[in-house]
Amino acid sequence: MNLLRSEWTKFRSLRSTWLTAAMTVLLGVGIGALASGTAARTYTGEDWDPTASSMTSLVVAQLAIGVLGVLVITSEYATGTMQPSLTAAPRRGRLLAAKATVLAGAALVLGQLIGFASFFTGQAVIAGMDVPHATLGEPGVLRAVVGCGLYLAAIGLLGLGLGAASRSTAGAIGALVSITWVIRALSSALPESWSNWMDRYWPTTAGERITAVLRAPGELGPWAGYSILCAFVAAVGAAGYAVLRTRDA
Amino acid sequence: MTDTIEARGLTKRYGDRLAVDDLDFTVEPGRVTGFLGPNGAGKSTTMRLVLGLDAPTAGDVTVHGRHYRDLTHPLHTVGALLDARACHPGRTAANHLLALAQTAGIGRRRVDEVLALVGLEKVANRRAGTFSLGMSQRLGIAAALLGDPPVLMFDEPVNGLDPEGIRWIRGLMRDLAAEGRTVLVSSHLMSEMALTAHHLLVIGRGRIIADTGLDEFLREHGTEYVLVRAGELDLLTRVLRRAGARLETDTDALHVHNLTATEIGKLAAGEGIALAELTPVRGSLEDVFMALTDSSVEYGVTA
Repeated sequence: MNLLRSEWTKFRSLRSTWLTAAMTVLLGVGIGALASGTAARTYTGEDWDPTASSMTSLVVAQLAIGVLGVLVITSEYATGTMQPSLTAAPRRGRLLAAKATVLAGAALVLGQLIGFASFFTGQAVIAGMDVPHATLGEPGVLRAVVGCGLYLAAIGLLGLGLGAASRSTAGAIGALVSITWVIRALSSALPESWSNWMDRYWPTTAGERITAVLRAPGELGPWAGYSILCAFVAAVGAAGYAVLRTRDA
Repeated sequence: MTDTIEARGLTKRYGDRLAVDDLDFTVEPGRVTGFLGPNGAGKSTTMRLVLGLDAPTAGDVTVHGRHYRDLTHPLHTVGALLDARACHPGRTAANHLLALAQTAGIGRRRVDEVLALVGLEKVANRRAGTFSLGMSQRLGIAAALLGDPPVLMFDEPVNGLDPEGIRWIRGLMRDLAAEGRTVLVSSHLMSEMALTAHHLLVIGRGRIIADTGLDEFLREHGTEYVLVRAGELDLLTRVLRRAGARLETDTDALHVHNLTATEIGKLAAGEGIALAELTPVRGSLEDVFMALTDSSVEYGVTA
């Protein structure tokens, strides 16, 4: 409990945290609204998932939240505060667990804020263009909107794990961008069997299933996809823990 | 359990560089132990090993008889200042301390107390990035004092402090020791140690070259002599030689190496020689220190 309080103090006492949070919400909701408008304009009635369109907000938001997760640990290395932090809390596993808990909590709250805000703005945009929009009462919609927050919390933890494993802000952000954006973009250049596999099982692609209402044949279910993401995040986190535990601080 | 820091065969290798080589020492409570050595001698490494920040390659170091990582209440046991700049520049001094304090369930009141103790209460809500090195040192000392610990370690604490700050820190170290605490202070300045320390741990090239009281250290290693001037220098020289003195002549003075000022005074008086000057001279501590660490550099000699 003491460690959680300490980590929360570290987290909330930086102006950059609040700045990033505000930027994430604004950018996320803005992108969500834009994407909803674009989707509505090209509406044909086929494969229409207005919820997923408004959840496009997470494409950008995941980067900001991931970076927040990276900085939770790499800023301690960069500024040298790892030394006083570890002197006060020499059990490194507990320190990392406290960081993860505080970050997951904050990312979840922020993620829900983004999810609901972009859902309502997105649906308002779609409704304004006289295209069928979604309501929270429809099957799977509430799960998809809450799923946006869950997805972002997982990406925040991914950032923390990458930060712990690489101990460098630049390295960890590079890995984060690769995992969430670059590798996915490259998958279309791969042979078809590979790219099919990637579209299905790449951790962040699979994880995003939780924010969709429609499920095309052959696609993973929302929770199956999210579990793959969580397993991946756990593996990266374990690698980060191993580095923190064994290397000289 | 006494509040000692104990190292046994403590060794740390970074790559192929041996930073700390087979150290054995015990830092005792109730006195200021000066950890003295040139830059790069292994002082900071040793302190990092004590705190469990780095793992020793061989050997062992304990505080309170336990490894640092196994301490139940680390902040209440050891207070340490290793690097004054180790705070997030965007965080206020008060929040920096609060985050550390909370790990041990210490509240805001104690944070305000230590801030006042180090004279930073007026800048408590300023961001640490705006602090001078001296202010950062004070913040680091405040952090070390949070848990009111019986064991304290300070790495080069007077760096960057103004003269008033230096005087304050010397007083603080001695006060902490007088309260029965174990205080280990590192410095590369012998003169600083002479004013603060009761006991010396001298380190050169990763090895302990002396572990002794400050006074004994000076007596043993200080090139003490008595400077004598007199009108009848030739006569005095003969008298002192007869008494078995080892002498050096220096234009119009004698450096007497193995007689005390009192003995010289008596001999001179016995012969009716009027002395113009009779001054015991202590070799500068820096000289002693240089001589010691030089030899450790050249020959890799241990104490």
